[in-house]
Amino acid sequence: MSATDAIGWFADLRIGDRPTVGGKGASLGELTHAGIDVPPGFVVTTAAFEQFLKALEERSPVRALIEPLDENDLDAVTAVSRTLRKRVEEEALPPEVEQAIIDAHARLGATTVAVRSSATTEDAEDASFAGLQDTFLWVLDAQDTVHRVRECWGSLYSVESITYRRKHGLPEDGVAMAVVVQTMVDARTAGVMFTRSPTTGDKSVITIEGAWGLGSAVVSGEVTPDRWVIGKITGEISVRDISDKHIRQVPAPGGGIVDEALESEMRTQPCLSDDELQTLRGVGRKIERHYGRPQDIEWAMDKAGKLLLLQSRPETVWSARDAKPVTGTEANPLKHVMTIFGGRKG
Amino acid sequence: MSDQIKGFPLPSSLKVVPGTEAAQAAFPYYTQFHDGDDDRFWFYNSMHFPEPMHHFDMITAEAAYCALGSFNTRVHVLPTTKGIDHRIINGRVYIGGVAVTDPAEIEARVGEFQQRAFYYYEHWEELYDKWKDKMRALIADAQALPRPFLPDLEPIETTHTGKGVAANHALIDTYRKTLEGYFRMWHHHFEFLLLGYGAYLTFFDFCKKAFPEISDQAISRMVAGMEAEIFRPDEEVKRLARRAVELGVDAHFTENMDIEKVLAELDTVGNSGKEWLAELETSRNPWFNVNVGDGFYHYHRSWNDDLSMPFAALPGYISKVKNGINIERPMAKLIEEREQLVEDYRELLDTDEDRATYDQLITLAHRVFPYVEGHKFYCEHWYTNLFFNKIREFGDLLWRHGFFPEPKDVFHLTHYELESAIVDLMLSWSSGSDPIGPRVWPAKVAERKAANEAWADHVVPPALGVVPDVIDDPAIVMLWGITRESLDVWLSVDEGAPSNELKGFAACQGVVEGPARVVKSVEEIKRLQQGDILVCQVTNPTWAPIFQKISAAVSDIGGSMSHMAIVAREYGLPAVVGTGSATQRIKDGQRIRVDGGRGIVTILEDQPVLEEA
Repeated sequence: MSATDAIGWFADLRIGDRPTVGGKGASLGELTHAGIDVPPGFVVTTAAFEQFLKALEERSPVRALIEPLDENDLDAVTAVSRTLRKRVEEEALPPEVEQAIIDAHARLGATTVAVRSSATTEDAEDASFAGLQDTFLWVLDAQDTVHRVRECWGSLYSVESITYRRKHGLPEDGVAMAVVVQTMVDARTAGVMFTRSPTTGDKSVITIEGAWGLGSAVVSGEVTPDRWVIGKITGEISVRDISDKHIRQVPAPGGGIVDEALESEMRTQPCLSDDELQTLRGVGRKIERHYGRPQDIEWAMDKAGKLLLLQSRPETVWSARDAKPVTGTEANPLKHVMTIFGGRKG
Repeated sequence: MSDQIKGFPLPSSLKVVPGTEAAQAAFPYYTQFHDGDDDRFWFYNSMHFPEPMHHFDMITAEAAYCALGSFNTRVHVLPTTKGIDHRIINGRVYIGGVAVTDPAEIEARVGEFQQRAFYYYEHWEELYDKWKDKMRALIADAQALPRPFLPDLEPIETTHTGKGVAANHALIDTYRKTLEGYFRMWHHHFEFLLLGYGAYLTFFDFCKKAFPEISDQAISRMVAGMEAEIFRPDEEVKRLARRAVELGVDAHFTENMDIEKVLAELDTVGNSGKEWLAELETSRNPWFNVNVGDGFYHYHRSWNDDLSMPFAALPGYISKVKNGINIERPMAKLIEEREQLVEDYRELLDTDEDRATYDQLITLAHRVFPYVEGHKFYCEHWYTNLFFNKIREFGDLLWRHGFFPEPKDVFHLTHYELESAIVDLMLSWSSGSDPIGPRVWPAKVAERKAANEAWADHVVPPALGVVPDVIDDPAIVMLWGITRESLDVWLSVDEGAPSNELKGFAACQGVVEGPARVVKSVEEIKRLQQGDILVCQVTNPTWAPIFQKISAAVSDIGGSMSHMAIVAREYGLPAVVGTGSATQRIKDGQRIRVDGGRGIVTILEDQPVLEEA
């Protein structure tokens, strides 16, 4: 893919394309390349954003408004935010950018899509920043898709985003946003998967959390998900915490999503079968092997029971602590038995 | 753990069940609780002795602890622990470890241990080969002992050969040799055992540090050997099924068959029937010398003494053979799976140092584990069967002379009392007058029978005395799996889990619901119907033949590294072992759910059964 293309298709992207398609976009490209099922889609690249920003700047300054701001002056930040978001969402797009998105949408051939921000900065791995980015689900048509892409771009100028960048002294020059557009999975069940234990860091287990409906309910914490711990290698299911899932999120008829209350019987039923858990484990192992390190994964299972991956990123908390030997080395292997027979603490 | 001080009853506070005082007093003086025992911690050895002990069967405890302690204390010189003391109350065996706590003594013992134990590890294969020779010789000696017998008059040969020793002398000679062999067998048993478990546990401990959430089951699968003798009996049953089909005599084997009748029929249906019976004899000696328990009770009879177990399996195996299904253990595949598992976990390690240690430890574990798996066939099964059967012969002789109402009553005597009864009989044969025993033993036997029944209904505290802060006695951790955490669980047993739930070791994963069949003795095996969930006290590989018939297994006793767990995994049979009380809490016919991945058994009772997910 060329650095100036407005659109990048997943199949053409690799993890190295992150600067132009963002972390989410690059990851989806890499997964596609690794033979993992992801909902098909494309990325509206930072080149498209830059083109738009250039057009905006030609009309009146954007970045110059932000750089002098004091992050503690909430009134000033709010005023600039309001102005810039309105401009990003409403001013004319360069026609070639708009056409590229509409063409790509048509080529995707999906009835409904998800539009998700895909930030390019390293800091985007910081959850506090990632949480500021927008995702729009169940977007109905091309025009709405273009509008949601602009909203994603606009989120760069939210009060929280501006404050965050000013506080951390991030230069406005480097600020760009790619946007993922992909076929929307009307999930029967969705959730997250860590290919190591979040509590002990153990790399020999996989933790899966899931709930009925769209994964947004799990990610946002609106539902207490079912939780399983599975031996990564053996497939043993050592923990089964089946929770009371009082709602599920489903697509709204007019676009977007809506909460739906669940009947009592479904609330307490496991949202995944043992076979499905094993399928997830297999995919988790495959992705981890592909990247060579533990992953933090979002997944969805469609109504037909097909598993699709929505995102995979490296696990960061425990990985930072690795690489200390479990125990001291011994030239004579027999010396190790003293940890059991006493006289030496392991 | 709450701050409130909780503890177990003191030994001195335990009451002998009323009416059983005389039976309690009959146990040897050195097994009675005495002054000073209140200061120590004791736990009920429910793993090896889950039921009240007959007085004779107590010999297993003392022979085993004579040997276990000797090897720990004085042969291998374990640095931090000596032997095991045992006490008996209400027919239950309580045991307490003897820890070494003085740092100087530990230091001195470390030096000794490394000289002695390391020698064993370094020469393991060679010493283990010698061990098998010793065991085979010991078994041959036991087999050579004559059946106790008193002729009316000495045969004329005694005179003509100038033998100079009369038949009654053979009784005491045989009896003492029988006991001597049993005590010796237990020494052999412990010659390697702790060192073997120790090497295994070193690997186990490393895995738990490297992979804090790894299951015990996964570790034992990495270590488990495949060729141990204890798997052979089941393979022999499969062989007999195959031979029955090949010889065309398979139609004789049906569900709920009358075994005696089938054997008689086969003897009359021509050469093929006779040939199959010859095959059966080949299998029986030695492979059917396995008992259905752990060999610690005289009534854990061997397959040879009661063919119910292998015969219950024949129809199922035969139908598989006829349908062209391979029933052999897929050895190459099992070994390949084990190697893959070892490799996959290795790959998850973070550093070269860890991989080096891991390689050292798994290599050592694989070297020593054949003993841990293999010894049971020779010791707990083959030898123990010979031993108890010899005592049964003495029971038969004494019963013929009016000592007991039934031959098996002999097991209500301690081994000292039995010697006295034998001497009594020798004296009476010698003097020509009646023995005194028939006037003494029937009443005592009746008293002890009643005591055993009373003890069985009596609630047993899992432990006694002061709760230690830590349990770092490697022998207790290794052999009984008891840790400070498990004591806390025992202390809170009445508060925690829902009353319809039992927890045990996860032995083989899978969730199954079905009717429980509580099987307390081998005679009940024929009650098992296809799809039942077997609930029993002890399961070991000798139960493997019926695994094809059941949908899950639950046991009172056993750990995740038990043979039972290994066999269950090979059959893909969901299993929970070591629940402590399944045979007491689960009622026959109740619907239960077995979750073999989590080690949980749920009593569903009248709840509707969930359809398969």
